[in-house]
Amino acid sequence: MSYLRKVIAIIAKDIAAELRTREMLSSMGVFSILVIIVFNFALELTERQIVLIVTPGALWVTIVFAGMLGLNRSLAVELDKGCLDGLLLTPVDRSAIFFGKALGNALFMLVVEVVVLPLFVVFFNVPLIQPWVVLIVVLGTLGFAGVGTLLSSMAVNTRAREVMLPILLFPVAIPELIAAVKATAGAMAGLPMFEWQQWLSLLIVFDVVLVTVSFMVFEYVVEE
Amino acid sequence: MKQRRDSVGTALTIGSAVLVVAALALVFLWAPLEITMKEVQRIFYFHVAVDWVGFLAFFVTLAASVAYLRTHERKWDIVGMSSVEIGALFLTMGAVTGSLWARPVWNTWWTWDARLTTVAITWLVYLAYLMLRGAIDDPQRRARFSAVYGIVSFVTVPLTFASVFFLRTIHPALFATSTAAQGRMQFETGLASARMGMTLTFCVIAFTVLYVALLRSRIRLERMADRVVRLQQEILS
Amino acid sequence: MIEVKGLVKSFGPTIALRGVNLSVPEGQFVTLVGPNGAGKTTMLRILATLSRPTMGAVKIGGHELPQGAAEVRRHIGLVSHQTLLYGDLSAEENLRFYGRMYTVPDLNARITLVLEQVGLAHRRRDPVRTFSRGMQQRLAIARAVLHHPSLMLLDEPYTGLDQDAATRLEAVMSTVGTEGRTVVMTTHDLDRGLAVADRVAILAKGRVTFEAERAQLDSAAFKEAYRHYTQ
Repeated sequence: MSYLRKVIAIIAKDIAAELRTREMLSSMGVFSILVIIVFNFALELTERQIVLIVTPGALWVTIVFAGMLGLNRSLAVELDKGCLDGLLLTPVDRSAIFFGKALGNALFMLVVEVVVLPLFVVFFNVPLIQPWVVLIVVLGTLGFAGVGTLLSSMAVNTRAREVMLPILLFPVAIPELIAAVKATAGAMAGLPMFEWQQWLSLLIVFDVVLVTVSFMVFEYVVEE
Repeated sequence: MKQRRDSVGTALTIGSAVLVVAALALVFLWAPLEITMKEVQRIFYFHVAVDWVGFLAFFVTLAASVAYLRTHERKWDIVGMSSVEIGALFLTMGAVTGSLWARPVWNTWWTWDARLTTVAITWLVYLAYLMLRGAIDDPQRRARFSAVYGIVSFVTVPLTFASVFFLRTIHPALFATSTAAQGRMQFETGLASARMGMTLTFCVIAFTVLYVALLRSRIRLERMADRVVRLQQEILS
Repeated sequence: MIEVKGLVKSFGPTIALRGVNLSVPEGQFVTLVGPNGAGKTTMLRILATLSRPTMGAVKIGGHELPQGAAEVRRHIGLVSHQTLLYGDLSAEENLRFYGRMYTVPDLNARITLVLEQVGLAHRRRDPVRTFSRGMQQRLAIARAVLHHPSLMLLDEPYTGLDQDAATRLEAVMSTVGTEGRTVVMTTHDLDRGLAVADRVAILAKGRVTFEAERAQLDSAAFKEAYRHYTQ
């Protein structure tokens, strides 16, 4: 029980710190808006067909790029003033630190998505606020935040810092992205479940695998 | 200082040279002629062989990464890194040979089917691994992070293949026109098909031996570099 | 309390500690001095379980490192030249967070107490970002003692402080931080280091080259020894 309490304490700490400055959320939010607008102009959204094909991809690109901003910031905060050392000094299980940070990151991404989804509905005129689509977005976010937390905890400790995260993360996240985009496309178009449910299953499998592996190796990243 | 004789290394080098030349001979002189693609098809032998090695290298890196995290011994770090370097080389050759084969047969240099996508993603992972190493100065942290990334990124290979594979089975095949385009090969007789199988096996073995020879050389090189640094340290202090 | 035998720490080809032997009985205050690059911070990080020994034996409170690290952490408090505090959170929030991580019982009362002891009760709701360096270090002490550690590790705590702030810190340290605990402190300040310690040791080029009880030394002798052993 105390394990869970500590995980929640870590999440609560991140939320409290973010509420003070709102730096991460605002930069993620503004960035998302900019990406949406760029997509609006860059893509030929004249025909309905094209819009339906293009939107799931554009949505996930937005989420992924905004998510990386958050991931970078979240781990950089811990390095500042040696806070990560402070955490490692405590008897907290290293995996609890991982889950705390990962869930916190996922939470921030979800908050930004609450803004992004309606914006997509407005600018792209697509029915994204549906239960299945929301579920898919949540699942994709969880997996991405999980493996992203692991990789960003490595990336912030390198010379190249912010640039390193996308290099490490994209190849690993591609299968999950493919599944998420495909599932979103199916759900969004209102297709019958059997046509796209294998993508949902794949997404869940990928999430489980990626998060499990990440949580198992996390301690090797933080322990000297 | 006299250099110790590296008999194993020499044997491997000579052995792989012989095997590769023999493979060349087999491919061009003994392997059967494919009906539709004719001579172009011969590149298939090299293509499969180097692709196979490119992925084998990842398995080696995975094993070395796990071994490193368990033992913290530098030698596993060296093996993992060397395997990625050489694997990247072989995978690049695989992509090039694949493109050379694809152009006349599919009329395109590249396509995002399951296998090619997996090759591309694996190649990106190798690149990321090497860039990660380049961005860390502390040798122990470099070894640790590389090992972690080696393990985490390994899972992406089967997952990528699975996701693109499903993509293909749902949508109609892009190039369903000729049997050649579907990747199937036809030979005149059953015996000829058997010859193809044997040639392929021989090529795979030849290039695997080449991989081992190169891996060993790279490991030795890194070990020597380590020794140089250690000697420098001793002299300075 | 602390038993270090033949401790070696290397970072690839660089060897930071070349066989350190140190013994610290319970309740003793040991000051470790040495030039830059001698390995003081490395040594302290290993004792704090933040770093693993490459070779050699390290025992804290009977537990061997690195296997017994999880058990040992409960009993260690670290004050480093980095504050280990979250700038955006208030003093109280920082302490509450760490208190939760250490599962400190009766947390609210404990927070109030330590804040008073370090003289920061009036700033408990202010973000740490707004504190001066001296105040941040005092809060760092509060953080370090929150969970009643029996071992205090101080890594150059006076860095970046002017004389006034350093004196204030020392006062807080001697009452709250170190009383009744085993302490290992590293510092550049020879005078201050000698004054507060029971024993002093010099760490040079990765080894302990000199050790003496404070009673046997005066300031001049210590400085002479320092000059001699850090050639």
